[in-house]
Amino acid sequence: MKSILRSALLATALLGLSALPATAEDKPFIIVQSTTSTQNSGLYDHILPIFTEATGIEVRVVAVGTGQALKNAQNGDGDVLLVHAKPAEEKFVADGWGVERFDVMYNDFVIVGPKDDPAKVKETVGIGPALAAIMNATAPFASRGDDSGTHKKEVALWKTAGLDPSGASGTWYRETGSGMGATLNVAAGMGAYALTDRATWLKFANKGDLEIVYEGDPALFNQYGVILVNPERHSHVKAVEAQAFIDWLLSEAGQSAIASYTRNGSPLFTPNATSTRIKPAG
Amino acid sequence: MAESPSALSEAFQLLISADPALTEIVLLSLQVSLTATLIAFALGAPLGALIAVSRFPGRGAVIAVLNALMGLPPVVVGLTVYILVSNAGALGPLRLIYTPTAMVIAQVLLVAPLIAALSRLTIEDMHEEYDELFRTLRLTRFAAIGTLLWDARFSLATVALAGFGRAIAEVGAVLIVGGNIAHVTRVMTTAIALETSKGELSMALGLGIILIAISVAVNAAVGVARASGRRMAAI
Repeated sequence: MKSILRSALLATALLGLSALPATAEDKPFIIVQSTTSTQNSGLYDHILPIFTEATGIEVRVVAVGTGQALKNAQNGDGDVLLVHAKPAEEKFVADGWGVERFDVMYNDFVIVGPKDDPAKVKETVGIGPALAAIMNATAPFASRGDDSGTHKKEVALWKTAGLDPSGASGTWYRETGSGMGATLNVAAGMGAYALTDRATWLKFANKGDLEIVYEGDPALFNQYGVILVNPERHSHVKAVEAQAFIDWLLSEAGQSAIASYTRNGSPLFTPNATSTRIKPAG
Repeated sequence: MAESPSALSEAFQLLISADPALTEIVLLSLQVSLTATLIAFALGAPLGALIAVSRFPGRGAVIAVLNALMGLPPVVVGLTVYILVSNAGALGPLRLIYTPTAMVIAQVLLVAPLIAALSRLTIEDMHEEYDELFRTLRLTRFAAIGTLLWDARFSLATVALAGFGRAIAEVGAVLIVGGNIAHVTRVMTTAIALETSKGELSMALGLGIILIAISVAVNAAVGVARASGRRMAAI
């Protein structure tokens, strides 16, 4: 009796498993390890259908922090990296995990904070004094704290300003350890300042009482780069399809697809590929 | 909260529009969690029954560990399965990372201990009643386990539901091993996490309401099946 019950259950389970989408490559696809900021901004929903239409290659995006994306790619769990932490990206290539790094597009970081601006950040000139104003006022600041591209940038900005907020972690300096949108939710909830990329901010729907309180310093430049994961390190990397995606991103078709993603008429990302390796898109 | 009324209308609109993207996510959620629950039941229920009828040294410790495993943190299970199925991991060559199959594996590990522990509890009570009868009939242990599993089937259906509830509600494990890839591994819970991170709180709450409705529907379906099964058994 038991064996009948058990085999019936097993058969049902196996049936369920076999009905799941096959892992075999019945349709060509690549996995792109990327950042929460690009996904939360909605960029992929805009450009990926255009690429898939042109080439028949499906793009599967895993959106995590840049630190985790680099680590996942190092484990061979992706074909392409599209992230925004240039020094870490260059190290990834130098260590042999990636083939070559190309500039794709940029936008900028901004500091958002409560409208009434308790730390008077709006009155400051330069990102250093802006951060110092927050620190001196011990106004709440929500940091990503997750080794993402935005977090790496924020840490570098504090350092350049000669400030070290890490000792205040848990008091006014709050490390959320989560993605860009989740951190903005925290900032909106507690009336905190936060560093965010402009694209995520513009598309973010839960702004609450927050607005941009500081922008425009050249140090807030935010460059995105694309890298092919090295097929010599991970033989299963789909180098042909992945290279086709990179070539397309850097081509005129890809660059204009990025430029055409706008909100209220202004672009969220500015394409700036300079590669000479550009081949016509397929 | 200001989100609540708009979340209800958001949920309602999603449902009446039968949004194909939503349908896809709901179906994948059900497919992954039902498959995982069935496999976990096939493994966990006999294991629980075996422990229930067996007497061996260290039995108390085994039961204590099994009970503790009911509270296994999903994110730890997700991380463990990620390390296994990552292309650099032991099961890497199978190319399971970021597939629904990897999500099923994670949920099986999450749910099987729960089902085994609760089955053990259910069967042990029943075994005390049946023990004398089994001795008279001189049943082998495996025959006894079969009889107990069969006679406890209505209670075990509830055990399976508890397992399904844990599977369909968790986000930590499927997010890590599935990657929340649109049209491939995005399920209800990871979609809710994504909408929350976009600040689309009404949409996220709307999806949450639908998820709860699905759980209620599955529970009701099993409840009806149980009731009619009992009636049949009584005749």
